[in-house]
Amino acid sequence: MATTQQLDRSPQTTPKNKPAGQFAPHAPIELDRLSHDYGTRLALDGLSFDVRPAEIFGLLGPNGSGKTTLFRILSTLMVPTGGHARLAGFDVAIEPNRVRLQTGIVFQATSLDVKLTVGENLMHQGHLYGLSGSHLKARSKEVLERVGLTDRKHDMVETLSGGQKRRVELAKGLIHSPSVLLLDEPTTGLDPGARIDLWNYLRILRDEQGVTVLVTTHLMEEAEHCDRLAILSAGKLVALGSPSELKSQIGGDIVQFETASADAATTLGARIADRFGVVPVVVDNAVRVEREQGHRFLTEVVEAFPGEIVSVSVSKPSLEDVFIQHTGHRFWLDQGEEKQ
Amino acid sequence: MATATAPNPASIGLTRPKTSLSSSLWIPAYSLWRRELVRFYRQKARVVGVIASPLLFWLVLGSGFSKTFQSHGGASVASGATHYLSYFFPGAIIMIVLFTAIFSMMSLIQDRNEGFLLSVLASPVSRSAIVLGKVLGGATLAAIQGWVFLVFCPLAGVHTTPLGILYAMLAIALTSFSLTALGFVIAWPMDSTQAFHAIINLVLIPLWLGSGALFPVSGASGWLRFLMLLNPLTYGVDMLRNGLFPTELTTFSPEFNLMITALFCAVVFAGSWAVVQRRTNKPAA
Repeated sequence: MATTQQLDRSPQTTPKNKPAGQFAPHAPIELDRLSHDYGTRLALDGLSFDVRPAEIFGLLGPNGSGKTTLFRILSTLMVPTGGHARLAGFDVAIEPNRVRLQTGIVFQATSLDVKLTVGENLMHQGHLYGLSGSHLKARSKEVLERVGLTDRKHDMVETLSGGQKRRVELAKGLIHSPSVLLLDEPTTGLDPGARIDLWNYLRILRDEQGVTVLVTTHLMEEAEHCDRLAILSAGKLVALGSPSELKSQIGGDIVQFETASADAATTLGARIADRFGVVPVVVDNAVRVEREQGHRFLTEVVEAFPGEIVSVSVSKPSLEDVFIQHTGHRFWLDQGEEKQ
Repeated sequence: MATATAPNPASIGLTRPKTSLSSSLWIPAYSLWRRELVRFYRQKARVVGVIASPLLFWLVLGSGFSKTFQSHGGASVASGATHYLSYFFPGAIIMIVLFTAIFSMMSLIQDRNEGFLLSVLASPVSRSAIVLGKVLGGATLAAIQGWVFLVFCPLAGVHTTPLGILYAMLAIALTSFSLTALGFVIAWPMDSTQAFHAIINLVLIPLWLGSGALFPVSGASGWLRFLMLLNPLTYGVDMLRNGLFPTELTTFSPEFNLMITALFCAVVFAGSWAVVQRRTNKPAA
């Protein structure tokens, strides 16, 4: 029955010349005013953006920003309460099985059966995706080679290290050759070496296989690895672009003045705004100003308000500055305050 | 649905999504079923525990009760069986089946907590495959152990025919299936094994106690008798008794027992099928 479904697919997407198979000119992931509420709490608030083919796309946000909700929706484990999410042109709510065939998923929690061997886990996963026989064996060999675990094929999963388990998870997600790979906080619990390995695998997948990779993360340094990023806060999209684009939007340097207390910071912020005509952001007991030629500005401020400033710093904008710029508060304080 | 159409490098080794029943139902169900068996024999303690504990139970409880019941006019209570050990034998088999069914469905909660179930739910398998694989896996384990326990038949003073043994095996298989499916329905919405333990004590153990495993329906009276007649497991135990003691008069006819037991299977299986079908706005796991 499913063979005909490709013909009468979503009318909103208007492919001109649809090639056979799944290489239709759809964005690998399209969100269209996607919303989700858990009864009283709005977890996703009208998200709309596209992920481009063969890019590593990061979903960056603090805990409670909605990225887990979005991940659940994209992995077809939950139906959104509003709007649409499409993977390879298929709506997650309407054709979950079509979506599932296109998507490889690496969950944050281990989804391996530790009482089975690496090979058995992969065979099992293949069976779930309708693979069998010699084709499955070949695929299993291929993905194991790709993650460099061929020699551990007959070992029980419980004997592997954390990094190796994550690689098996990755192999498991790739067994059915998905065009989109979703990873939820993939580097959690990995040592720095294993993190670097993982990012290298993802780049290889992107470059050699043309796989679109979506990664959720709450770590700024992880987000730097992505081609493009969506920054989420309280279920809303606050910024979208490549890490360097996002940082360059901030313009100059980030100058930060730390004061003795939050009250002092508020006062200082107001006075700086008055005197220099800038728009400072007060975060806790610090005043942050975005400014060209930060070092010069810094001296001016310190000279103008001696004794009120405890310490100062000038830095190039980081992704955290991007987040503060867009939301007016610190990344980590975001949790627990608003919709969460 | 042709293979290897697009020359795009991403299509290398790409699998055509087959939409046949075999790829979405039978293969995944088989795979899940096999996993249950493999997991079981890799955990040796489970193998030992499940065989040894009912044997111990049967010998200790059976021997203890046989004295008590005999002094209170034994023969009538045991509906013809001279020894309580013989009477209790089918009950002990059903207990093995019940324990195994409980343990294997506890693994469902474990699967959920470990994330294994999540990856199954996010795969394109039909939901029926999950039920079928998991329930048949648990039922197979339960049935095999029930069958293995039949080797103690001579010790229990069972004198039956080959056909009787086959009938007993059928009774064990059907009961295994229904109890596992019942465990599935209970375990599916749960996320902690502690809560499952509470249900075991509250529902599953009483189900066994009031099934004619320990004392016959004819020996009970009033509300207890009524509850025992309502208990679907009563007919499974009685069916097993039909097979093992073909010459003796059981509480119900073999045909009636078979019918109710099969019906019970169908009902709980439908129930477990229904609980997994829901796809909601709530987190799946």
